Amino acid sequence: MSEITYREGLSRALHDAMEQDQNVIVLGEDVAAAGGAFKVTNGLLERFGEERVLDTPISEQAIIGAAIGAAVQGLRPVAEVMFADFAATCFDGIANELPKYRYMTGGQVSVPAVVRMANGAGGGFGAQHSQSVENWFLNVPGLKVATPARPADAYGLLRAAIEDPDPVLVFEHKGLFNVKEEVSELRPVELGKAAVVRSGADLVVVATQQMLHRALEAADLLAAEGIEATVIDPRTVVPLDTATVLESVEATNRLLVVQESPAGGSWGATLVAELSETAFELFDAPPRLLSAEWTPIPYAASLESEWLPSVERIAEAARAVVRF
Amino acid sequence: MSATSASTDPAANRLPATAEQLEWLRSMHEIRRFEDEVHALFAKGMVRGSTHLCQGQEGVSVGACRSLAKQDTMTCTYRGHGAVLAKGAPLDRTFAEILGRDGGLCGGKGGSMHLTDTSVGAFGSFAVIGAHLPIANGLALGGKLLGRESVSLCFFGDGTANIGAFHEALNLASIWKLPVVFVCENNLYGEYTPIAKTTPIEALADRADAYGMAKDRIDGNDVGTVYRTVKEAADRARGGEGPSLIEAMTYRHKGHSRSDPATYRPDGELEAWLERDPIPRHERALRDGGVSETALADLASEAAEAVAAALERALSWPEPDPARRLEDVYG
Repeated sequence: MSEITYREGLSRALHDAMEQDQNVIVLGEDVAAAGGAFKVTNGLLERFGEERVLDTPISEQAIIGAAIGAAVQGLRPVAEVMFADFAATCFDGIANELPKYRYMTGGQVSVPAVVRMANGAGGGFGAQHSQSVENWFLNVPGLKVATPARPADAYGLLRAAIEDPDPVLVFEHKGLFNVKEEVSELRPVELGKAAVVRSGADLVVVATQQMLHRALEAADLLAAEGIEATVIDPRTVVPLDTATVLESVEATNRLLVVQESPAGGSWGATLVAELSETAFELFDAPPRLLSAEWTPIPYAASLESEWLPSVERIAEAARAVVRF
Repeated sequence: MSATSASTDPAANRLPATAEQLEWLRSMHEIRRFEDEVHALFAKGMVRGSTHLCQGQEGVSVGACRSLAKQDTMTCTYRGHGAVLAKGAPLDRTFAEILGRDGGLCGGKGGSMHLTDTSVGAFGSFAVIGAHLPIANGLALGGKLLGRESVSLCFFGDGTANIGAFHEALNLASIWKLPVVFVCENNLYGEYTPIAKTTPIEALADRADAYGMAKDRIDGNDVGTVYRTVKEAADRARGGEGPSLIEAMTYRHKGHSRSDPATYRPDGELEAWLERDPIPRHERALRDGGVSETALADLASEAAEAVAAALERALSWPEPDPARRLEDVYG
């Protein structure tokens, strides 16, 4: 057993993938000489050289396009978009080119590219550097979307994303880079398989990234009150493993979904809608979706901390679902 | 860094043998006939959505594609029928794709705007302006890192010179010295609007100066000039000297798309450009080089027959099995 951080999980995934496969390259703003804005790509340039670790201009469209074309030629590019909010500047590449190239050519090409982006509020970065934007891409067939919450999954999902034959967006969370976990073995994690992180008989709480950690804290509070929660991390929101959630709902008959974004058009809303449609008779209480508020993300600590679902608000929502 | 222009070395300017130049003519005839047939199929309601024809621009497609080697990749826009055929896609499967038939290049999933045949190096027709220039860079980067010595040829229109992706792509290609040949087909109109209304400079090739890139502005209706210029740029790219921007002046005989009668064009403009039609022009050059009238006429009728037979075959193929719509989303 050894302890690694979330950042180390991501970094090791890149080192190991590049070591094992000559065709893996890394490109993005400040990823080479500077080691990445969040130091995830630290050491790659020294180890693998400037042919495979490429600093780019501040040109997100050029970054995504380079990754697409290189992937079609047979490389396994890992592109970094520094803050996930900047995905808006290369939305065409991510939504119209990356996921449709295989389909609209009738399967003549594969695009095994990975796009890493940093999600997440809580650090006082303001409205344009704090969003969790995986929901922007839920409606785009052809993409897979990973949202690791824990260090071993950060490693495993990124490794799996790089090995995958399809484009995968990997959203890393800025608030989690220093989170630690004891791990015995690091290995790829299959995309589309949720993890049941904690088991309890009274309700299911589903959450990703920072909200998963808060949900686990809330579960501790609830346990002290005699409420036992199952906590599930979907790990990828596309594909979304509704089967694993359904299995736990069958056992508990109560569901709370927590997410770090407004509710509209979100993976949480999708999950609640799908289970309401397919498993309506299972529920002893209306499924509940706890989301961030319908405003841009504010800067000041007192404002931003209210915008995000807190441990206490998660616990309160869980109590309401259990007591319905 | 200073921009270089086309070589003046006479040896580099030599055109290939007459037999190859006759193949250029065949290819241009086929594309012209092909586009005329697509136009007619539209009128009969047999083509879905929209289509963007390239009659008049065959010299650019054929001259550029014929200057490439087999391993070289080509990407183009939704006005790409000519480019894809010039790169070597079969006529029947190209018709079939536009007709939405089984056996189409993309199995009926792409259509007129997304013709692709990677087996001949035609790596895609893209229908969002500017979107494929960054991808052309990636194809060049991939080819370079994998040691394939391939060049990435990228066609686009004059309207593309004003979209952000154009600038990001040219800048990156230049700083990374990627083996890309950017060919701007300047047909004077961005959709319905004349270029002078949207662009403050006359020569789009001058945009290369901002990126320290080699440039040239050429007569795109002279297939030989296009061949020579693109070949020189491709040779430079292959030799590690980086990308080029070539602006090929040309003209589309038809409107922007099927619903456009092109009434915005000033009187006499089309007629003046028809005088410079690349097909009769190349025929004159070949005639001057000693090719007989009979040989030229035979070649024209062979091309017409090939297109007619290809269309007949494509029309005989069934529509795709609806179940196949679910395939090719993921690998």
